[in-house]
Amino acid sequence: MRAVDALMECLKAEGVEVVFGLPGGANLPTYDAFHDAGIRHILVRHEAGGGHAAEGYAKATGRVGVALGTSGPGATNLVTPICDAMMDSVPVVFLTGQVRTELLGTDGFQEADTIGITMPIVKHSMLIQHPLELPRAIHEAFHIARTGRPGPVVVDIPTDLSRADIPYEPITDVHLPGYQPTTDGNHKQIRLAAKALANASRPVIYAGGGSVSAAEELVEFATSDRLPVTCTVMGLGAFPGTHPQWLGMLGMHGTRTANYAIDEADLIVAIGARFDDRVTAKLSEFAPHAKFVHIDVDPAEISKNVPAHIPIVGYAKKILPKLTAEYRALEPDAKRLDEWWHRIESWRERHPLTFTDSTDAEIKPQYMVQALYEATQGDAVVCSDVGQHQMWAAQHYHFGRPRQWINSGGLGTMGFGLPAAMGAKVGRPEEMVVCITGDGSFQMNTQELATCAQNGIDVKVFIMNNGYLGMVRQWQELFWDRRYSHVDTGQYPDFVKLAEAYGATGMRFTDKHTLVEDMRQALATEGPVVADVRVAAEENVYPMIAPGQAARDMVG
Amino acid sequence: MGEPGTKEILSLAELEAAGSFRTGRKHILSILVENKPGVLTRITGLFARRGFNIDTLAVGPTDDETISRITLTLDGAVQSIDQVTKQLHKLINVLKIRDLEPTETMARELALFKISSDGGNRAEVMQVCEIFRAKIVDVSKRTLVAEVTGTQEKIDAFERLVRPFGLVEMARTGEIAIARGRSET
Ligand SMILES: Cc1ncc(C[n+]2csc(CCOP(=O)(O)OP(=O)(O)O)c2C)c(N)n1
Ligand SMILES: [Mg+2]
Repeated sequence: MRAVDALMECLKAEGVEVVFGLPGGANLPTYDAFHDAGIRHILVRHEAGGGHAAEGYAKATGRVGVALGTSGPGATNLVTPICDAMMDSVPVVFLTGQVRTELLGTDGFQEADTIGITMPIVKHSMLIQHPLELPRAIHEAFHIARTGRPGPVVVDIPTDLSRADIPYEPITDVHLPGYQPTTDGNHKQIRLAAKALANASRPVIYAGGGSVSAAEELVEFATSDRLPVTCTVMGLGAFPGTHPQWLGMLGMHGTRTANYAIDEADLIVAIGARFDDRVTAKLSEFAPHAKFVHIDVDPAEISKNVPAHIPIVGYAKKILPKLTAEYRALEPDAKRLDEWWHRIESWRERHPLTFTDSTDAEIKPQYMVQALYEATQGDAVVCSDVGQHQMWAAQHYHFGRPRQWINSGGLGTMGFGLPAAMGAKVGRPEEMVVCITGDGSFQMNTQELATCAQNGIDVKVFIMNNGYLGMVRQWQELFWDRRYSHVDTGQYPDFVKLAEAYGATGMRFTDKHTLVEDMRQALATEGPVVADVRVAAEENVYPMIAPGQAARDMVG
Repeated sequence: MGEPGTKEILSLAELEAAGSFRTGRKHILSILVENKPGVLTRITGLFARRGFNIDTLAVGPTDDETISRITLTLDGAVQSIDQVTKQLHKLINVLKIRDLEPTETMARELALFKISSDGGNRAEVMQVCEIFRAKIVDVSKRTLVAEVTGTQEKIDAFERLVRPFGLVEMARTGEIAIARGRSET
């Protein structure tokens, strides 16, 4: 069979049910193979949309996403999703077409050095040099993307090779001698961590994106005692946002309670987290009294930014049950945490997340998120874009379960939201999937509305329209003497008309008194909906750790 | 140092100071990699990206034709050597890394020196060569080429001695290394 038909067989063997892509000259053979493959292909309108859709699919389902593009511009359009997937450890396989082998290196038509361009932003990449290599490469790509610390893998396929006739034998063994992730966690270290925890009087669990795939185990661990839990923006949903042991989000726009708790903690158990600068703020003053247990599958994360006293390398899913058992076996004195909880409760009481609501019909952005929480009964899968709306969504939508919150955390990619929501809905059709976006971000991948309309992908988009690149405006206001420079987006475009042009339903909401009901209506409308929600223009996200400051100096 | 995103102005001195906290001893990393295209680029790219500095680099085959050995020397960077090796380990094609202990390692480098040498100083140049067991591999009217092997320090010393004669050019391979005794590198 043709190498591309073998490719389809491999995709099916990997359990791939859907891929997102857009064809071109160099992947014509692949697209021909879709005819008989029995794999759902969704035609996107821009490869970046396809890449983010594959990410959204992967984040929503925990399975490997697949995105396709042709050579040259198709591949370069995938660069942002590839980098985004790298930063947030999302398992996605990117299949790019490449010019035929005799043209490689000659600046052939639509030639780009895809492997070279993407090298710093992939977990791994492969240029196929012989058609017989293709099947094994595909299985290796999936294996690498899915295991260890997940991430993007690029397979670049020259068009002539993809047409070659090859004998196809299913491949069941993937052996990569240079790739053997440690998964189980060292038992001695686990025991040590349990002891440290049993002796701690001010412990905090700090859970990152890596704990999303170990949410059940995390809850079991945290509730084996009254261990307080905070999550990073990537970890939200790994621990229920309504649980009494929940402190709220950590970091720059996290709750005071969470940040103060970290600041005063004597032991921090970091799980699948990487001590990003948006979390630590001023590194030298981060958690000054704490010892660190660091659980991560990537050994390079251990002690990268903050030295770990007890590192444990492996899957949180495997380590946490053992840690819980060891901890229980020590029969720690639960009373020792009373004082700590006292302190935490007092922060909670003094510093709840609040905002000053309008006295008229004006919709405050924070209220918009609360209204959405109410209208969706807290049950939607929420995909966010990047900016103020992302932070407000993270703060005010209390995520109850893992994979309910999908956002671009590491790279902070505007334009992520809509395609990610599309991918999430395709992967989890039974879920209500909403996209919270900004008037700026939405315009960076609006074209995917056409994909949603054409394929009946039922996403509900809520634009928090403040007429500004709001997050940048906030920084200019607070740290650059309010000298606004190119952050005003005006009243353009008319999002209702735009939605209609794309075959979606457009709505506009301006009154807070009817907002919940309006949103319910949007949610009940069939097919993709875009709601242009007009909110207060110059509201700021608080609380905030200002740049260069420590957590205890939060403002707002 | 100033925080990104704020309007605080940074002095160049501050910037330079922040980038220069590399100290400590030299490291020799012996890295076994799959002999596949682009592997060297991945490694050097990783160094550039993470702000690590390569001093010398030598690549060659091993006794197994599917595996190549890369020998890298790094200057100091003690604080981050751990990060270097961990990040290298994440490259799928990297099979094994050893941070060789200087005292338990045989390290050698080869260098070619083209030295100005007319009739007047030729005897003196040849004497230095002899002391260093350097081989004269080419002689012309005005120059001679000496081949030296040895540790980096020995080659540095040779360079210091012949430089006053007039060093036309020099080529060094970078060190290759192997562990002493029975243990595998
Ligand atoms: C692709 C990209 N370009 C620029 C930025 C910088 N940036 C971060 S937030 C932001 C403003 C986003 O505006 P909007 O989507 O309207 O969200 P808001 O902050 O107003 O809620 C910008 C420009 C970014 N994150 N991504
Ligand atoms: Mg905006």
